[in-house]
Amino acid sequence: MRASFVFSEVVTGLRRNVTMTIAMILTTAISLGMFGGGLLLVRTIDKMQASYLDDVEVTVYLTQDISANDQNCTAEPCSSIRTSLENNQAVESVVFEDRDEAYERFQRIFEGQPELVELARPESLPASLHVKLFDPERSEVIVQEFSNQPGVANVDDQNKFLDRFFDLLNSGRDGTFIVAAIAALAAVLLIANTIQVSAYTRRTEVGIMRLVGATRWYTQLPFLLEAVVAGVIGAVLGVAGLVGVKYIALDQIFEATGGAIPNIEIIDILFPVAPVLLGVSILISAITGYVTLRAYVRT
Amino acid sequence: MIQLESVSKAYKTSTRPALDDVTVDVDKGEFVFLIGPSGSGKSTFLRLLLREEVPSKGRVSVSNFDVAKMPRRKVPRLRQTIGCVFQDFRLLNNKTVSENVAFALEVIGKPKHTITKVVPEVLELVGLDGKADRMPHELSGGEQQRVAMARAFVNRPLVLLADEPTGNLDPDTSQDIMLLLERINRTGTTVLMATHDHSIVDSMRRRVVELDHGKVIRDDRRGVYGVGR
Repeated sequence: MRASFVFSEVVTGLRRNVTMTIAMILTTAISLGMFGGGLLLVRTIDKMQASYLDDVEVTVYLTQDISANDQNCTAEPCSSIRTSLENNQAVESVVFEDRDEAYERFQRIFEGQPELVELARPESLPASLHVKLFDPERSEVIVQEFSNQPGVANVDDQNKFLDRFFDLLNSGRDGTFIVAAIAALAAVLLIANTIQVSAYTRRTEVGIMRLVGATRWYTQLPFLLEAVVAGVIGAVLGVAGLVGVKYIALDQIFEATGGAIPNIEIIDILFPVAPVLLGVSILISAITGYVTLRAYVRT
Repeated sequence: MIQLESVSKAYKTSTRPALDDVTVDVDKGEFVFLIGPSGSGKSTFLRLLLREEVPSKGRVSVSNFDVAKMPRRKVPRLRQTIGCVFQDFRLLNNKTVSENVAFALEVIGKPKHTITKVVPEVLELVGLDGKADRMPHELSGGEQQRVAMARAFVNRPLVLLADEPTGNLDPDTSQDIMLLLERINRTGTTVLMATHDHSIVDSMRRRVVELDHGKVIRDDRRGVYGVGR
C-alpha cells in the first residue's frame, strides 16, 4: 500500500470539507475534555478519600457529669466505656481528652476569632474519647453500640460528614461523565455524517477505484483515517484544554480551599488521562468510521 | 476468456428477467460487439462480468475467475484484469491527464517508478503525448475518451469492456476511437463493446452478439448491425 497516496487523499478529504471537519474536531475535543475532567475528578476523590480516611475518627462525648468529675477517666462509667472501646475488634486506639485539653484545642482552632474564645469556658466543653478505627468505613458499629450507653452524651462520626462531602463530589463526577457522554454522542454522529458527506463528494473517485480493482482498504482507508485524524486532533485539543483549565482556574480554586482539595498536577493530566483520551478517541472514531462505511457506502 | 453458461439475472424490482438463459463464449483476443435496444440486457451483461451483479442462475467466468462464486475479497483481483470505458468518460476533473491515468495504478498499489514509466507510454499509444499536463475540461470529447481508454489499458488488462464508448462523439471522432480499440485488440486484449452505432458495427465486420429482452437472438462471426434478424 502506498502511504503517500492514502495520506494525500486524507488531507484532500479533510480540506474539502473544512467546516464539517472543524465541527467534528471541536465536538470531539469538548467531549474528550469533559471525559478527561471526569477522570481527573475520580483521581482527586480517590486521593482525598485516602488522605482523609486516615484521620477520620469517631468521638464519644461524655456527659457533663463525667466531664466535670472524672478528670482521668478512671471512675465508672467512663473507665468501662473506655475499656470496652479498647477491647472492640474494630478499634485501633482510644485517646481520652478532658475538658482542659478540649478547651486548649478549641482555642487553637478558633485562634482567628478571639470573641468566640472569649465567650467559651472550659466548663462548657465536654470531655471525650477519640476513637480511631482500623477501618473508618465501619464507624456505624461504634456509633450504634455506644450512643445510648450511660455516661455518653452523644457520638460524633466524622465519616458521616465526609460521606456527604464525597457524595457531592461523586455527583459532580457523574454529571461530568453524563455531559461527556452526550457530547461524545454528538461527536460520533458528526463523524458518521462527515464520512458520508466525504464519501458522497468523492463518489466518482471511489467508483473508479472499485472499477480498476482497488481493494477495500484502498477505497475506504482514506475515509477511516480522516475520522481517526480528526479524533487525534480532537484528543490533543481536549488535553490542551484540560491543561489550560488547570492553570487558569483550578489551581486558584483549589488553593483557596487551603489544601482541602489536593491540587491536580500536570503529570496527572499527561498520564494516564492523556493516553486514555487518545486511545478512546482513536478507537471510537475508527469504529464509527468503519460502521458508517459498512452501513452507507457500497463496496 | 469470457464464458456465460445458461446465465439468468432477475432484478427484484422487475417481473421480467434482465438476462434470460444466456450462453456466450468469447475467446482470448476476440473483438465482440454487443448490440440490442435499450433494456435488452447489454449493461447487465457487462455488470455481471465485473461482478457488479451476481447472476440469479448460471455460471460466469472471466479468465480463470469463477465470477459468480468468488469471495468478495478476491473481486479486486478480477477487476484488475478488466479495463472499462464508458459513454460519459468518468474522468476526475481535478486531476491532469497523466494523473487520471496514474490514479488507476496508484490505487492498486503499483510502485512509483512503474507508474512514471508506463503512463507516458500508454499516453503515446492513445495519441495524447504532449497533453499529459492538460486538465480534462481543456480537452475535446474524443481526447477525453482517449484518456479514459489510456486509464483502462494502462494496467494491460486481459479484457476491455466498452459501454457505448462512442455514444457522445461525432462520427469522425468515433472512427478514431474505434481505430484505437482495434489497436488495443491487436495487442491480444479481448474487447467487448456494447453499442447502438450501426455504421461502426457495419464497417468493422466483427463478431456480433445481439440481445433482445434478455435473450441472445443472434451471434454472427462477422456480423452487421441490422441484417440477419
